[in-house]
Amino acid sequence: MKTNRANPLRPLIEFKQVTRVYGSKQAAVWALAGIDLQIYRGDFVAIMGPSGSGKSTCMNILGCLDRPTTGSYLFHGLEVGALSRDQQALLRRHYLGFVFQGFNLLNRTSALENVELPLIYRRISAKERRRRSQWALELVGLRGWERHTPSELSGGQQQRVAIARAMVTNPLVLLADEPTGNLDTARSQQIMELLCTLNRERGLTIVMVTHEPDIAAYAQRIIRFRDGLIEADGH
Amino acid sequence: MIWEAILLALREIRRNVLRSSLTILGIVIGVAAVITMVTLGKGATLQVTSDIAKLGSNMLQVRPGQGFRGPGGTRSTSPPLDPKDAEAIANEISGVVAVAPTASQNLQAIFGNENWSTTVTGTNNAYFQVRNWPLKAGRKFTDAELSAGASVCILGSTVCQELFGGQDPLGALIRLRKLSCKVIGVLESKGQSSFGMDQDDVVLVPLRTFQRRIAGCQDISAIFLSVKEGFSTEKVRLEIERLMRERRRIQPGSEDDFHVRDMQELVSTLTGTTRLLTALLAAVAAVSLLVGGVGIMNIMLVSATERTREIGIRLAIGAREREVLIQFLVEAVVLSLLGGLAGIAFGLGTAAFGSRLLHVPFVFDPAITLIAFLFSGAVGILFGFFPARRAASLNPIDALRHE
Ligand SMILES: Nc1ncnc2c1ncn2[C@@H]1O[C@H](COP(=O)(O)OP(=O)(O)O)[C@@H](O)[C@H]1O
Ligand SMILES: [Mg+2]
Repeated sequence: MKTNRANPLRPLIEFKQVTRVYGSKQAAVWALAGIDLQIYRGDFVAIMGPSGSGKSTCMNILGCLDRPTTGSYLFHGLEVGALSRDQQALLRRHYLGFVFQGFNLLNRTSALENVELPLIYRRISAKERRRRSQWALELVGLRGWERHTPSELSGGQQQRVAIARAMVTNPLVLLADEPTGNLDTARSQQIMELLCTLNRERGLTIVMVTHEPDIAAYAQRIIRFRDGLIEADGH
Repeated sequence: MIWEAILLALREIRRNVLRSSLTILGIVIGVAAVITMVTLGKGATLQVTSDIAKLGSNMLQVRPGQGFRGPGGTRSTSPPLDPKDAEAIANEISGVVAVAPTASQNLQAIFGNENWSTTVTGTNNAYFQVRNWPLKAGRKFTDAELSAGASVCILGSTVCQELFGGQDPLGALIRLRKLSCKVIGVLESKGQSSFGMDQDDVVLVPLRTFQRRIAGCQDISAIFLSVKEGFSTEKVRLEIERLMRERRRIQPGSEDDFHVRDMQELVSTLTGTTRLLTALLAAVAAVSLLVGGVGIMNIMLVSATERTREIGIRLAIGAREREVLIQFLVEAVVLSLLGGLAGIAFGLGTAAFGSRLLHVPFVFDPAITLIAFLFSGAVGILFGFFPARRAASLNPIDALRHE
């Protein structure tokens, strides 16, 4: 995939009048009503806004899991809408890490194997997969829980497994939909410290949805959504 | 790479024990049923054909009545045969080797405290030749015994077992109604006939002995004869029919009141019947195969929701459609293979056991095994693969939201 890494002034992620409409005709819901957005490499962005304002819809499009109804999404200057399904899959595989609001872990599958999953598609050897997954689980404070399946883990622990799975590939961009929604304050702060460190030391670009102002305060930039539009965008 | 895929598939199979085992069960049932049924059917067919070969396919039987051609069966009004008929056949018809007139009655055979209800048949030494039935011990009748109507008998192996257990019966005296006769021989075991009758449940005595001392009349119930090698059974049969019509003074235009039974005819009737039976069993087996298939289908469709979500997760973390499909295909193949092999093992096991139980030979049929295996495999793969294909063609987010 050709990407334009050379130009740091160019945004890593660019939305131009992105809309996302669910349903059609009278029943149409404009989850995104025309968004313009630019995110640069190394940014740490928090997205806030009331429930139903289109935050998750926006994240899904950012994560190439969904396509805009109209408008254009440029990743590294590449028109994502013009990419084939396979190319989008490769983009997800090599550049993006996604933490879902509902975790989306595999049932009856150990934490370790869940975290390993993205590495399988990167053709990484079993031994190396194990090493890296253990490292990622340790990072989120789940050492000793490797063998447990999601049903044996608390909501907070599942969330941390989901974070570990997104981190294990060392992605360029981490997209997290309410990553601390199920964590207690101490745990939340711990995870936010971790994200800040990764952002600072490795230049990890982070886009994170949150309800809590003190979590959003870790970010350098806060975008506020309302009714599918950006209400405020500031530092 | 492929090894890795198989390992992953095995891991996935282990993870969903219930789903996997139900799928495997479906395949096992289908494959095992087909193999068992067809193997037993083939065994039975072989058994029948070899039984008939043992009877001697060049054997003809002449009996009074119309035989099993007409719906009336044996007509009680038909006059019995005469010992002279046997002589006439032996003397006047060429191509006949051995002629054994027989007469039979059911009665008790008694030895000491043992008694056993059996069939006593009076005949001559030609009987052993025509029925292709050698002696296990002792000797045949002598000419003197035959012409004098001596009190001697030869036992079938069942009777021998029932009356004597392990003891040596030769020289012992057994009682047949009022007749006390000496055992001079024991027949080889012939086993069950294809009709399920125990052929070894018999006592042979000289025909004259039977006529005088047991039946008290000259009537003959059947004449067994062998057609000489190189002569047409059909031609000999026609000649016998003509001769018998003449001897029994049947007017032209009237029906025969006797019949000549050709073993060849029996062979084709019986093999036809067993073939039908095999087809029937195969149909039953096909139904079980289908039922197994429907079972697999159900499991796969029920788990489609969960699988769709799983596929959504895989797509979301960067799997390509193709990779997901290959993985599911490998999983379905591995699953079908496991089920198929287990089904073959189980089916052959049951067939081996069943054939021992039914006393039919065990005939392994690789073609049917392969067909059953491929069919179940195809069902497993089809229904493992197609829901996956549909799911993998969705947007990742739609697959994840799937209910
Ligand atoms: N799959 C969907 N089908 C129809 N409407 C949807 C779907 N997903 C979201 N919506 C609607 O789009 C709007 C935005 O939803 P969402 O992006 O989930 O908001 P948020 O994450 O900010 O709570 C809501 O009105 C919601 O009802
Ligand atoms: Mg949301």
